Amino acid sequence: MTQLPQSTDRKMGLVIDLDTCVGCHACVISCKGWNTENYGAPLSDQNPYGADPSGTFLNRVHSYEVQPPEGHAQLIHFPKSCLHCEDAPCVTVCPTGASYKRSEDGIVLVNESDCIGCGLCAWACPYGARELDLAEGVMKKCTLCVDRIYNDNLPEVDRVPSCVRTCPAGARHFGDLGDPDSEVSQLVAERGGMDLMPEMGTKPVNKYLPPRPKDRIEDQTDILAPLLAPVAEEPKGFIAWLDKALEKL
Amino acid sequence: MHPAPSVILFTTLSGLGFGLLAFLGLGLPDVSGWVAFVFFAIAFGLAVGGLLASTFHLGHPERAWKAFSQWRTSWLSREGCSAVAALILMGIYAIGVIFMDQRWGLLGWLGAALSLFTVFTTSMIYAQLKTIPRWNMNLTPAMFLSFSLAGGALLAGQNTTAIVLLLIAGAVQLAYWKQGDTALANSGTNIGTATGLGSRGKVRAFEPPHTGSNYLLREFVHVVGRKHAAKLRMLALGFGFVLPLALLLVPMHDVVIKHLLALLAVIAHLIGIATSRWLFFAQAEHVVGLYYGKR
Repeated sequence: MTQLPQSTDRKMGLVIDLDTCVGCHACVISCKGWNTENYGAPLSDQNPYGADPSGTFLNRVHSYEVQPPEGHAQLIHFPKSCLHCEDAPCVTVCPTGASYKRSEDGIVLVNESDCIGCGLCAWACPYGARELDLAEGVMKKCTLCVDRIYNDNLPEVDRVPSCVRTCPAGARHFGDLGDPDSEVSQLVAERGGMDLMPEMGTKPVNKYLPPRPKDRIEDQTDILAPLLAPVAEEPKGFIAWLDKALEKL
Repeated sequence: MHPAPSVILFTTLSGLGFGLLAFLGLGLPDVSGWVAFVFFAIAFGLAVGGLLASTFHLGHPERAWKAFSQWRTSWLSREGCSAVAALILMGIYAIGVIFMDQRWGLLGWLGAALSLFTVFTTSMIYAQLKTIPRWNMNLTPAMFLSFSLAGGALLAGQNTTAIVLLLIAGAVQLAYWKQGDTALANSGTNIGTATGLGSRGKVRAFEPPHTGSNYLLREFVHVVGRKHAAKLRMLALGFGFVLPLALLLVPMHDVVIKHLLALLAVIAHLIGIATSRWLFFAQAEHVVGLYYGKR
C-alpha cells in the first residue's frame, strides 16, 4: 500500500559523519556485496570489464570541494544512499503498491514481485537513491540491510547494515532516530546533524554530521616563531642592485 | 530527463485521442453511422495506441494491471483507472452513435469529462514532482489540457473553436517556456542545499562516485540537444500552432481541398506537439543532477 503510515514506531536510519569519512568506498563495495547475494534480485552490472562499465549500486560516495570565503578549500567525501524519508515521495507515486514504508521501523522497501519498473519512484526521489536494475527490470534501493539487522543467525555485532559494519573510519552509525535518547539521536544533537534538501519536504530520517572546522596554523604558532621572522624586509647590497636591475629590464 | 520515445509518443497521441473523444462526447461534430465510425476509430486508435506505447518503457509490462490498485495516492494509477473508465464509457456511447443512431447525451458528457480528466492525470504525473522544478508548475496541467483540447478541436473539424483553442494553447506554451526557464533557479535548490554544505562556502563537485555512467545519469541528466533548444522551440511553435492556424484561415470553398488543408493542419500540429513534448523531457532538470555537478 502506497499510503504512508501516519507515524512509525521507530525511525531506523543512518547517521553519516562527513568529518570522519575518508572516501575509501568500502561501504559501497560491502553494500554491493551483501545486497547482490541476499534480499531480492542481484545488483547487476552491465559490461563490467568493457569500455563503458556501469551497474546498480544502492550506495555511492561523491566527493565535493568546499571553498570558504576565506582560507583553504576543503575536500569532503559524501556517501549517499536512501534516507528512508518520513514523507517519502517515492512511496506515494508508486502505481502498484510495490513501494512501501514499514510502520514498525520506518524502512522504505520495494516488493519486487509487484514492481512494474516504471521508474516513477526514482523520478520522485530528489537524492538519486533508487536505481532501476537493467537486468531485472525492477527498482532497487537501500533496504537498511533488513535481512541483517533482525537476523538471529548472525552474531550480534553483525546485526547492523553492511556499510556500517564495514566502515573502517567509524563514519557511519545506525540506530533509532525516533528515540531522542538513542546514541544516534544524541550524536545528531551534539554535532548539529542536518537534512539534505530540507526544502523538498521529504523529512529524511538519515542525518549528516557536518565537517568540524579545520585547525588553522595561525592559532598554534610556536614560541620560537618570532626568531624565524625574515630579517631583512628591504634588500641591500648585491641583492638590492640585482632587484633594481631586473626590474629595469 | 531522458526523452524516452515511448513516453513522448504516448503523451502526444493519447492527449490528441482523448481530446477528440471529449469533443465527440459533446456531440461535436454531430455525426452517426460510418462517419461516426471513422471519427471514433481515429480517437480510439490514438488514445489506445498511446496507452500501449506507454507500456513499452516498463521493466515488467506483464504486471501493468497491478497499476490500477493505488489510485488513492498515485497519479499514475489514477491515470490508468481514468483512461480505462473513459474508454469504456465512450465505447458504449460510440456503439449508440454508430449503430443505433442514438446519442446518449449524459453518457457522452460523462465520457468527455473523464477523457479530459485522463489528460489531467497524465499531466499531474509530471506536475507533482518537486524534484523537477520545470514540471512542478500549474502551467504543466494547463499545457497538457490546452494542447489536448486544441488538437481535439482540430481533429473534430471544429474550425472556429480550433482557432480559438490553438491561440490559447500557443500562449500557454510560451508562458510555460518563460516560467520554466527560471524554475530551477527559483526553486531554491542548489548544490549547497543538496549537500548541506552551502553555508560553509562555494560547493563544487570534485569527483563523481564512479568513473563510468549509471542509471541516474542516463535517466535524469540528459544534456544532448539542449543547444538546439531555441531552434526546436521555434519549430514546435511553427508546426504546432502557427501553421495549423494559417491552414484553417485559408478562405476555401472546395470541400475536398478544405479537408486536405485540415489534414495538413492536423499533421503539422502533431509534429509540433511531439517536438514540444521532446523538449518537455529533454530540457527538464532533475535536482539529482546537482549531486553530479551537472546543473
